[in-house]
Amino acid sequence: MNLEIILGVLNRAMAYGTPLLLATLGEVYAERAGVLNLGVEGMMMLGALGGFVVTYLTANPWMGIMAGALVGGMFSLIHAFSAITLRANQTVSGLALTLLGTGIAGTLGRNWEGKTLATPIRPFSEAFLARCPILVRMIFKDIDVLAVGGVVLAVFLWFFLFKTRPGLFLRSCGENPSASDALGINVWQVRYLAVFFGGVMAGLGGAYIAVAYRPAWSSGMTQGVGWLAVALTIFSFWNPLYALVGAYLFGALFHLAFRLQVLVAPELLNSLPYLFPIVALVFVSRLAFRKKLGVPEALGKPYKRGETG
Amino acid sequence: MQFRVEPSLQSKASSIFLLSLLSIVLAFLGSSVIFVFYRVSPWEAYLTFFHGAFGSWYALSETFKRAIPLLLVGVGLSLAFRAQVLNIGAEGQILLGAIAATWVALFSGVPSSFMLPGMFFLGFLAGAIWALVPAVLKIRFAVNEVLTSLMLNYVASNLVLYLIGGPWKGKGVRGFTYTDTFPEAGWLGTIGTSRVPYFTLLVGVVVAVAGYFFLKKTALGFELRVVGSSPETARLLGISEGKITLLVMFLSGGLAGFAGVGEVAGIHHLLRHPSHISLGYGYTAIIVAWLARANPLATILTAFLFGALISGGDALKVSLGIPFQVVSVLNGLILFFLISTELLSRYRIVWGSSRGGGAIEP
Repeated sequence: MNLEIILGVLNRAMAYGTPLLLATLGEVYAERAGVLNLGVEGMMMLGALGGFVVTYLTANPWMGIMAGALVGGMFSLIHAFSAITLRANQTVSGLALTLLGTGIAGTLGRNWEGKTLATPIRPFSEAFLARCPILVRMIFKDIDVLAVGGVVLAVFLWFFLFKTRPGLFLRSCGENPSASDALGINVWQVRYLAVFFGGVMAGLGGAYIAVAYRPAWSSGMTQGVGWLAVALTIFSFWNPLYALVGAYLFGALFHLAFRLQVLVAPELLNSLPYLFPIVALVFVSRLAFRKKLGVPEALGKPYKRGETG
Repeated sequence: MQFRVEPSLQSKASSIFLLSLLSIVLAFLGSSVIFVFYRVSPWEAYLTFFHGAFGSWYALSETFKRAIPLLLVGVGLSLAFRAQVLNIGAEGQILLGAIAATWVALFSGVPSSFMLPGMFFLGFLAGAIWALVPAVLKIRFAVNEVLTSLMLNYVASNLVLYLIGGPWKGKGVRGFTYTDTFPEAGWLGTIGTSRVPYFTLLVGVVVAVAGYFFLKKTALGFELRVVGSSPETARLLGISEGKITLLVMFLSGGLAGFAGVGEVAGIHHLLRHPSHISLGYGYTAIIVAWLARANPLATILTAFLFGALISGGDALKVSLGIPFQVVSVLNGLILFFLISTELLSRYRIVWGSSRGGGAIEP
């Protein structure tokens, strides 16, 4: 009985938490390489639009997912250019990216406003579930293969970041770029790749919302999930595995807000997912910054050869 | 001709002005992609835009109407940005001001002669207190103020939605979600037959001038600038960073709240959907302040400019059917070009050969 409830919550947490997880994983990589990107919300919006439109036109949701990821990645290069090449203020550049992304999605997406998808990504079929063990069946109910892919990806990205040489190089660019440069690591290239990857993941998260989670288009459909991803990056201590836990925690919270609607006004409950990260940041920020838990030393600082700090 | 680029110790006012102008022109050129997408010739779009922003008395009054909240919020954000405090929550602070004003107008039972003063006072306070939350969290727990102030925007928006759909829903409005209309004692007077409230316009200009002198001439303003430009120096001089953070968040939040009161008391006369009360003023004001290089006096000019951007965007929507979000695109592009060209203003181009060719080394 208790197990049933736990699995039920886990199941819903997966469904709600996956877009957040995908976007957060990307931001973890960008920030680990030393680049703060506050444009996640904008990249997600464009990814959602790209995913929706391509699925709508080709009737192939996988094409849509790939298109969304690509759009997000391409769009992130604007931030990469201004933050890495021009060494502009990363906070403001990210804000500009969000403004631009939501603006473009709103203007270009107008013709699709309110349209739904006939060919979304479908959850696992009954036939498939019937062949699974009962526990798996309970977790995978109404879940699609991308949500499971998110878990695999989180584990893989953790492994890559902490257990491989390229992962070490990436982290070193975020910790001490001049030392990395002296060791022959191309800081410029690593940071560009990390920001691009962050954009791909944000685009993927956005496309997931538009093609699987809620297969329809409305401007503003990401509803601040991009900002939640930026917050979650901090209180997952820049660690993909903690990001997985955090995203599912959020997913469970979304689910809870949905379930409590009979008792409390939905508008007030809808505030919960935005209040929770504030509380979490309070608990975590001091810890993170005092004990240096995972905070990339050079986060947000542009790197120029010959300059220290 | 040969030239080289070298660091320049100070950027001249004229070059800042030219680069700002360049950013705006580039943003307009960039946005032409969207006009083409809507099968509108960019030239026609620009003409419609300028006509809608400056082309008639009505257009100008619309521009002024939009510029007022941008000016009030922009001055506050200029102070905050000067102290390196990034208050991104003005949108929510505007809404809190509107909520407080609505409470005073509809539910407080205050005598009508005290109504408007009460609305502005409580509105300022509500915005200020809403802004103090991220300030306290930043000082006490080292929580990044960008994230917390932004999250609170969503909370404020949900709060308005809750009020207008629930406890404050108007009696005579049936299917719609907004409150009853304020009594006329809670309406702001407007200039002639236009929809431009003169009170908030006047306060905006006064606040901009006062903000300028506060920064330049007062001890507290000096402390603020030191904290912003060099935290180490501030520490050496014994200036409390926390005090300055609280101050600028209080002022910028308060001014945003004040602007929110101006919107409901001057234009709508009721509380309605958040996206109608503020057309993203809280976000646009960030660029107003940034373009003004966080100089309160210059925000008079930039607020007017972005007021024009919004009323021009309105005209594009009405005449050509281009969605209003095109204003967001322009905003984003302007901001990008601004921070990108900022690098240019830190360098200067020296004409002549690279070595010993006439240019004198600084």
